[in-house]
Amino acid sequence: MSRIKLFTNGIIRENPVLVLLIGLCPTLAVSTSAINGLGMGAATTFVLTMSNIVISSIKNVVPSKVRIPIFIVVIAGFVTIVQMTMEAFVPALYEALGVFVPLIVFNCIILARAEAFAQKNTVLNSIIDGLGMGIGFTLAITLLGSIREILGNGSIFGQRLVSADANTILVFILSPGAFIALGYIIAVFNQLRKAK
Amino acid sequence: MAKIESNLKTMVLSLLIVCTVVATLLGFINQLTQGPIAASKLKAKLSAIQQVVPEFNNNPSEEMYTLESDLGELECFPARQDSVLVGTAISSLTNIGFSGTFTVMVGLDPNGVIINTSVLEHKETPGLGSKLLEPKFKDQFPGKNPETNVIKTTKDGGEIDAITAATISSRAFCDAVMRAWEAYRQQEVQ
Repeated sequence: MSRIKLFTNGIIRENPVLVLLIGLCPTLAVSTSAINGLGMGAATTFVLTMSNIVISSIKNVVPSKVRIPIFIVVIAGFVTIVQMTMEAFVPALYEALGVFVPLIVFNCIILARAEAFAQKNTVLNSIIDGLGMGIGFTLAITLLGSIREILGNGSIFGQRLVSADANTILVFILSPGAFIALGYIIAVFNQLRKAK
Repeated sequence: MAKIESNLKTMVLSLLIVCTVVATLLGFINQLTQGPIAASKLKAKLSAIQQVVPEFNNNPSEEMYTLESDLGELECFPARQDSVLVGTAISSLTNIGFSGTFTVMVGLDPNGVIINTSVLEHKETPGLGSKLLEPKFKDQFPGKNPETNVIKTTKDGGEIDAITAATISSRAFCDAVMRAWEAYRQQEVQ
């Protein structure tokens, strides 16, 4: 597989949220606004890429029976770094993402990529895969966040589109709206992929 | 290079090495971020105090004391301009919000009149909860004295217009303000 194809793989053909349907818990819970989605996506991309680098470079010295605990320790280490850095330098975003920052550890996208890709491939390919998957995740969660924010709050990235008094479709900010919006996005995305 | 065989020795050793490296790294990062984290927390608190009381030139964090309330102790930050008390910022909370506890900084002047309010932390529905920060809702509080004004939503027979579709959050906000005021008044009585 060429490197470019490898990169776009995570964005289109195997988009973690829209095609593989993994990592849905943070996707649904955090995407209440576009900026939250973008922040979560960026944090996940960082952790994913870094853990892919480390895991692909230690893959030959890890006994296979304890590989999962070792992967988790590596991932948890990076997540904690992200968490502490965020709390120190962007406290507003840290507060908005709340408990979902530490929960990146359990985001199945990361462990799935470590298990299915990084432990079998070279460091360079793992970086490309991590970036592609991360960007695919970020695009999906930001798109979902934007749609929910526009419909539910009448704003995008905090910029008001309608007056503050206008009636918006509140259900899209609440949890059921996340499922409804994600369902439609997946339907449209699949249709577009088929058409191609 | 061939994969290392999984026996007790290699498994224990590899886990030990990975954990040690990660723990060392985290300790190092923790040291780097400790300062900025504490500073940003203090800054957030100070800016909330500044928002709810008139200009002051003492250090309210140093003179912090606590008041009793039914939901535990409330932190109070007296603000003084040239050692004259100009207001007290009280970090109040409520548990009747839409989800989780909801903390509000309430500024009271020495007579118990509300100077201003500011939301410290809330887990209300995003988008709705943030409307509590908008002037339309917030500007209803300054100048009101809970002694004579009823700090409740109009639905509950009070004077505060609730936010459309966020009655629960509005009610919780009033509750937090009242808790601060009641604790403050109790202290005066004593």
